Amino acid sequence: MAVITFSINGEPVSGRQDESILEIARQHNIRIPTLCHLDGLSDVGACRLCLVEVEGTAKLFPACSTFPSENMVVRTDTDRLRRYRRTIVELLASEGNHQCAVCVVNNHCELQNLAYQVGLEHVRVQYLFPRKDLDASHRDYIIDRNRCVLCTRCVRVCHEVEGAHVWDIANRGINCEIIADMHQPWGTSDSCTSCGKCVLVCPVGALIEKGATVAEMEKHRAFLPYIMTARTKHEWIARAIEED
Amino acid sequence: MTLEELDERGAEERARQEGFKTRVLTCTAAGCTSCGAQKVVEQFRKSVEDRGLTKEVEVVETGCMGLCGEGPLVQILSDETRYSRVDPEAAKRIVDEHLVGGSMVREHRIDPDMPFYARQVRVVLQNCGRIDAEKIEGAIAVGGYTALAKVLTEMKPEEVVEEVRKSGLRGRGGAGYPTGLKWAIVRKAQGEQKFAVCNADEGDPGAFMDRSVLEGDPHRVLEGMAIAGYATGASQGYIYIRAEYPLAIDRLRTAIKQAERLGLLGNRILESSFSFRVDLRIGAGAFVCGEETALMRSILGRRGRPRPRPPYPSEKGLWGMPTLINNVETYANIAPIILRGSAWFASMGTPKSTGTKVFALAGKIRNTGLIEVPMGVPLRQIIDEIGGGTTEGTTFKAAQTGGPSGGCIPAGHLDLPVDYESLQSVGSIMGSGGMIVMDSTSNMVDVAKFFMEFSVDESCGKCVPCRVGTKQIALLLEKLRAKKATIDDLALLEELCVMVKETSLCGLGQSAPNPVLSTLRFFRQEYTDLLKPKLVFEPSDGVA
Repeated sequence: MAVITFSINGEPVSGRQDESILEIARQHNIRIPTLCHLDGLSDVGACRLCLVEVEGTAKLFPACSTFPSENMVVRTDTDRLRRYRRTIVELLASEGNHQCAVCVVNNHCELQNLAYQVGLEHVRVQYLFPRKDLDASHRDYIIDRNRCVLCTRCVRVCHEVEGAHVWDIANRGINCEIIADMHQPWGTSDSCTSCGKCVLVCPVGALIEKGATVAEMEKHRAFLPYIMTARTKHEWIARAIEED
Repeated sequence: MTLEELDERGAEERARQEGFKTRVLTCTAAGCTSCGAQKVVEQFRKSVEDRGLTKEVEVVETGCMGLCGEGPLVQILSDETRYSRVDPEAAKRIVDEHLVGGSMVREHRIDPDMPFYARQVRVVLQNCGRIDAEKIEGAIAVGGYTALAKVLTEMKPEEVVEEVRKSGLRGRGGAGYPTGLKWAIVRKAQGEQKFAVCNADEGDPGAFMDRSVLEGDPHRVLEGMAIAGYATGASQGYIYIRAEYPLAIDRLRTAIKQAERLGLLGNRILESSFSFRVDLRIGAGAFVCGEETALMRSILGRRGRPRPRPPYPSEKGLWGMPTLINNVETYANIAPIILRGSAWFASMGTPKSTGTKVFALAGKIRNTGLIEVPMGVPLRQIIDEIGGGTTEGTTFKAAQTGGPSGGCIPAGHLDLPVDYESLQSVGSIMGSGGMIVMDSTSNMVDVAKFFMEFSVDESCGKCVPCRVGTKQIALLLEKLRAKKATIDDLALLEELCVMVKETSLCGLGQSAPNPVLSTLRFFRQEYTDLLKPKLVFEPSDGVA
């Protein structure tokens, strides 16, 4: 695979052609905020937080699913991008019921971290205050759809890693929600293996373990690269890469 | 079937038709059917029989005749007389007075010099409303499948691609991508199998071009697809059509069956080595499935959600194979280009937008219906002459093109030539051809709100800007309409529109704010009129 050089924020970088701009940026310690991306899962380019500018075109490209070409000039941190990222987090905050103070993942939440990162001080648009279903029928876990950001990590981890495909999306647009099997209570799902991967990859407090209370639950996602390396490269790495 | 047999079939059918003294055509496309065309056809059949004219008069059901607002429409072929608003009573009179008595029924007659017909140039719609769409012989009699025969016997695939490229034909689905270039890419792309897809998922409010073409002349589209298959190396075609078009689906199914039976589709077409199958895929009513990557997922039986491009379908499409995706009208333009040459096609329209375009005229206009004009005609000609102007007592305010992805063109730009670039320069798009006319009674904020609510409903929900952004824009418009918005809300509205436009994943989100942005550009006053004064707290001089 050919190695190419190009620049990110004026800095010359190099990478393989099959590595996304996001991967190469991270290797060079350039931070690009992400939400739907998770190492080990396929990329869908849905959250639009990792959008970057490429010189010569007015279009913005998602870094997670865009592959660089020789001498490409990429910018990840312009005023325009910063403004858009803040608006995206603002829209997400308005969409669900995100009350950090009473949330089980308070202080361990990716949406909360993003809000700090992009400098979201207040929300200018209307809060939508959804009244979606909360499903606590599973023995060990709960899904609270009002806190869901629809990143579809749970859908992908269940399909791609566990191979069960319990989760999928029902409805469309603003009424989208994550459902188990054919929209039935999670506890009655025949396909669910209760492995808990969906709970661990959920960036927010939508999928949680039972029994945890406010700010108690921390999620560990390092198991994914561990499994995926073993599966794709047939190498057992002693310890998965530390999360940032 | 061989080429000679095809010609023979055509001649036979023409002779059969000439055996009748006249033919009575009744439009039974969706529009006229909904106002009772079936009863009119029955009455014609009955009256013709009662009068003992069955050997002299043939009663034919056709596709759209254009003037949809005046349906059901009837045409007497022997003297080209057209009748409008024909009910069974009028049908009986037409047989008694016109066919037997020889005098026209004046009350229902359409003025033959009406600019609606005189100003049109019909290429795509050439046979629409003039042939029986449910009999392949009708299509063959007017030259159907001769373009396919020509490419199979006289042209190499490269030459077909080159001919289409030279014609300057651009995608009629809205974006206007050069068709020849797309074909060349698919031709060059590597893959064990290639596919040619026809996008018939027409979903813009007020648009019915593709439906009318499929209902009126389905064989023209099938022929175009087969030629595209030959040129690009595709052996399988799919027509992705929405379930809301039952008549078009029926007529397509019939057309495919008939073409396969005659060896004009399927294995070894016209006894050459070229094989091309066409299957239908029915959409379940999602606007987003008209977006090509979502459309492909839907064909595969999965949830219709777009994915980032590149890779484009021409490299990685259905099952990862190179896939050509063109719109109905694009395919319908292919046969005439092959038969009459690229130079003829390029001579119509403007240098950058060649050929003709079909528009569906709707809204506050006198002549509602389906029209076809050369690219580059001034908008004024479409509205005032062909459309007959706005309804009594009102004045033209704006024309909306491109549906929920397009914008409004105000009266000040009436002399704008209608082509891809000019429409874009005023913040609208060509789109697939829907044209909704608004008069002085229309409120532009309401128009923007209507289209935004459409986009909220039709967003697939995958990316954040489109899923939540369109909802928030719609809420701001609602607030504005309730006279509760301040100048800050208006600024936020504009900011969100630009943000959604630039950050959304697919064309639906990227173009969803266009109706708001374009009405803000030309009718800002209507927005500011609805603002409520901003409350400003000023320190008072003393304690009250």
